[in-house]
Formats: sequence, C-alpha cells, structure tokens
Amino acid sequence: MNMFIYPEYEVVRDENKCIACRVCERQCANEVHRFDPDTGRMIADSEKCVNCHRCVCLCPTHALKIVKSDDTYKRNANWDNQTINEVYKQANSGGVLLSSMGNPKPYPVFWDKMLINASQVTNPPIDPLREPMETQLYLGKRTAKIERDEKGKLKNTLAPQLKLNVPILFSAMSYGSISYNAHESLARAAEELGTYYNTGEGGLHKDFYKYGKNTIVQVASGRFGVFEGYLESAAAIEIKMGQGAKPGIGGHLPGAKISADVSETRMIPQGVDAISPAPHHDIYSIEDLRQLVYSLKEATAYKKPVIVKIAAVHNIAAIASGIARSGADVIAIDGYRGGTGAAPTRIRDNVGIPIELALAEVDQRLRDEGIRDDVSILVGGSIRSSADVVKAIALGADACYIGTAALLALGCHLCRTCHAGKCNWGIATQRPDLVKRLNPDLGYKRLVNLVTAWNHEIQEMMGGMGINSIEALRGNRLMLRGLGLNEAELKILGIKYAGESM
Amino acid sequence: MKRIYVNEKWCLGCHLCEYECAFANSGLTDIVKALKGKPIHPRITVEDCGEIHFAVNCRHCTDAVCVRSCISGALSKGEDGVVRIDKEKCVGCLTCVLVCPYGAVMPAPDGHAAMKCQLCTDNLMGEPNCVRHCPNNAIVFEERTGEGV
Repeated sequence: MNMFIYPEYEVVRDENKCIACRVCERQCANEVHRFDPDTGRMIADSEKCVNCHRCVCLCPTHALKIVKSDDTYKRNANWDNQTINEVYKQANSGGVLLSSMGNPKPYPVFWDKMLINASQVTNPPIDPLREPMETQLYLGKRTAKIERDEKGKLKNTLAPQLKLNVPILFSAMSYGSISYNAHESLARAAEELGTYYNTGEGGLHKDFYKYGKNTIVQVASGRFGVFEGYLESAAAIEIKMGQGAKPGIGGHLPGAKISADVSETRMIPQGVDAISPAPHHDIYSIEDLRQLVYSLKEATAYKKPVIVKIAAVHNIAAIASGIARSGADVIAIDGYRGGTGAAPTRIRDNVGIPIELALAEVDQRLRDEGIRDDVSILVGGSIRSSADVVKAIALGADACYIGTAALLALGCHLCRTCHAGKCNWGIATQRPDLVKRLNPDLGYKRLVNLVTAWNHEIQEMMGGMGINSIEALRGNRLMLRGLGLNEAELKILGIKYAGESM
Repeated sequence: MKRIYVNEKWCLGCHLCEYECAFANSGLTDIVKALKGKPIHPRITVEDCGEIHFAVNCRHCTDAVCVRSCISGALSKGEDGVVRIDKEKCVGCLTCVLVCPYGAVMPAPDGHAAMKCQLCTDNLMGEPNCVRHCPNNAIVFEERTGEGV
C-alpha cells in the first residue's frame, strides 16, 4: 500500500465569496474542484492540486487562494518534510523523481550579491529619454583579417553576425515540451522586438518557417527535425551540448506528448518516446565538435553563425576555451538554475554551477588567452530581471537568454509540473483543449511588453553609470561591487567589495 | 458599428462571461452580493458541445427580425445601431424570443418582459463586461466592415 502523503499546498475557498460559478472546475485539468449538487457548494481536493494558480487567477470573486500546508512531521533540521516525502514517494514507486523548471533550492544567488555603480559629480549620468542610448548589438566573431582584392580594396572578411535590438533572446524551448501557441508567441515577439527565439531540439514546425530570420535552430544529440531546409531557414544554428537544468544527461519526451504535429516536426513516429542521448554520439572531443561546427557551416555556405551551448559545470573555462577554438561563433552558457520541461530531480537540484561564476571564469579565461573576440558569449540559466541582464553584461556576457521569465510572461506560475503534460496555462502541454488557453495574440504582446520594459530599465541603469552603449558595458566589471561575498567569490567574479575604490 | 464578436478558436468554455454579464446587469457594485446564492440570468450564453465552445449573444442585426416582429413596438434599433428593448412597452408576448435565429433574446426573470444584450449601454459598466473579463480574448468588441448581418 502506498504511504499517504499530506498535500504540500491546500486550496482554501472563502465560502462567503464563492458563487459556485464552477469556473475553477472547468479550468482545472487536474480535476481539483468539483460541484456538489446536494449542498450547492464547491469542493476541492488539495491532493490533486499542483499550485498553478489558474483557478485563483480566473475566480471572478477572488474566493480562492492556495496556502502552504502547516501539516508537519516532527521538526527536524536534517530531515525536512520534503526530504522525508521524497523517500516515501520513491518507496511507493521505485522510480526516479522527476521535476520541471529551474532548481528551486536555496543556494546563494550571486546576482543579488552584486551592486551596480552610478555616476556622481565627476562624471555625468546620461538621461536616456533625452540622449541616444544604444542597446543594439551584434553576436559573432569580431576578428577579421585585413585583406585586399587585386584592386587594393578592402575585402569583407567579417564572419556572419546576428543583429539584436535588445540584449535579450528567448532561450531554447522545444516544440513538444511547450505548445504550438507558446512557440507562435515567442516567434512573433522575437520578430517584433528585433531579436531571436530558439527552436530547442524539437525541430521547427512548418508554420513557423516564416519567422526564420528571427529563429535560432538547434541541433541536439537527438538530431530531431534536422535537415537542410531547417538549417537554411534560420538566422543561426545552435549545437546543444548541454543544458543547465540537467548537465550530463539527455532528454526524454514521453510518447504521449508525440502528437501527429510533433511527430511530423521532429521526424519521428507518433506516440514513440523521443530520446535525446546524453552525448552527441559523434562528439567526444573538441576536434569532433569542430567537425560538426564546420559541417553545419558548410551546409549553410558559411552564411550563418554557429552557437555552441553548454551547461555551466566545474571545468567550464577550459571547455569554453576549446569551443572558442573549434570555430564556433558564439558560446552559450546555461547556469544550473536554468529551466527544463522535465529532469530527474536529483540532477536538477545538485549538478552544475551558478551562471554568474561560470560567466566570470569564461570571460576571464578567454581574455587571458587572447581569444575573447573570437566568440560572443550568451548566458542563461535564471536571468530574472533587467538588473540581472546589466550585471551579466558587466561581467562579460554579450547578451542574455531568457526562458523562465518569458514563460512567466505567458502565464506560467512556476508550479514545476511541466512533466505531467497538463499545463493549465496552455504552455507545457499538447492537449488541444489546454493549448487553446494560450492565445498568441495576447501572449506575444505580453512578451513584447516584458522585453520592452526591461530594455527601458537597462537604458536607465546604463545612463546612470554614464554609459551610452551596451557594448561599452560589456566586461566592465568596475561597474560592479560585491556584497556578502567571500574572497574566493570576489576573485572568481573579478569584482571589488562594496566600498573599495577604483 | 462596434459589435461583440466571438472567436470559437479561443473560447475556452469557462462561462466567466455569463457571470460577468449577470453581474453587469444586476445593478449592484459588489459581484458577490449580486450573484451569491442566486440563479443567474445572463444575456450571453456559452454553447458547449464536447471540445467546442462558443459564447452567443445579440448580433444587433442590421435588419433585426426581433424589431420587425415586435407587436408592441418595444424593440427598436437606435441610431447607434444597438437593438434595445423598452421594458415599459414590452407586453411579454415573447415573439422576439421565438424569432431570434441566435437564441439571443430571452425572457427576463420577472416573467413580464423579454431581455437581451444591449452592449452594457444600459448599466454601470460603460463597455461590454463580457469582453473586458474574457481571459483569452475570445470575445472582442470591435468595428468590422462588410459583415452586416
């Protein structure tokens, strides 16, 4: 018999406010709410609740809230409730625990231990509402040889570049892990913002080829949906070597999520599990990676930048150095707080390192080796606000990937149950009745709003520092000061402590 | 004229519009007080059939059958195009209920007259309350050309 586990969160209904309209019942894919005709009242089963807040948001009288249960085992600083419950769950099922979205554990957040500078008296701040404030940037190799043609004119030897109007891109989320409408929202928002979204490893739906100039297509270990037209349609190609949420392991999209459309897009049979191997079976060295980088460049006539995405792990600086020498144009680093549609809980919560430290290490190493200009650096893995973007760029990033923040804009409430496939917000699901809950006309506007707002804030912060171009902020670590950091952390981040002068 | 249009593709069948309509026409400012423990009489109704959902309300037809069939002159089409019902003139024969091809005119709960959507021009809301509260933009209030009914 399965051990009963008291639900972690409870649905609380204010009976004085509930009008029994049954909207909560109709909107809950987990069947938490039920109307009792005998009493004329609504009943909730908290055991089924995943705390996605769909009912809370749609209740017309705001009669619902979800609270953390105060049921507790005997207090134990070593064995907390969740730890005990996970043991019970595994003893019940014999299975690996699954989780979704980013690592929720209370590890330190280094973004929150860094402060941004501002100008006073000796150097003037700039008002972005009155003066130009440039957030446009290019991603790609900066190194160009000076060569002349037979007439003595300079040849253009600059490698292909990606132009961004804002230092923010939408990170890789595959069609399959997220819905058609979520993808459409991201694609349309990227087009309007003048930035890029990323297909993830699930191929590109035939309807979205028209957004090709704002699309980064991914080539992952499963090679789903990869063919010539896919590569050619895109603005850039990303080789996915790893993912911050689950470094060192592959992916597994259950057969139930492989609908006819997903099957066609991924080029795999319908209803069959989609397995992405942990390694690329043809890449076991930097030399092997170089072969794939150049295969993709060859296939697209050297017209598109190639990005190599890796998870932030312990030896990140040396790995990045290798990637910079492999011919890649951009390195994307995904920190351990990055999201996922499904990952084993232990991997997500215990593997990898923070993006802040990884970024600082990589930028410094590439500078020390004189190859920083050979690649651009993209970072992701929990960029939560415009302040995080500014700090990331000051630490050495060229631009940031946002995934979780983008999904939040689309309605996600971080219930971290994507792997169940019953997303009440129409994002992480393929069930047609749930997918239609995300209207891309609304979704793309919310994404555009979010990034536009962040860009305004970035401009304000840059102006405060007296910097009028995002390129002048990149790697400008003197604009950062640490607070509550130890010597080792300050050294890795390459920043001074708050109060220390230039 | 601006009319309410419903896009079936985005209608979730949550029925929120019905409750927001009932609230809008209750004359009260507190939704709980207006709706709690009472049967609702919305002027918009969501038709459900399996996975298909569609909210239906008055189309404010260019040549409205209900106006033509009204025996007491209670129904009229205003200069703004809104089809309105004058409860003082209505004798409760319900001919309009019978002739409306959309089922968008219904008997009022008091039983003495008919009622219908008047685009929230007859209550405190100012703009159609169903449109404002539709969570998925399935109900819109807009001007469309070349679509006169």
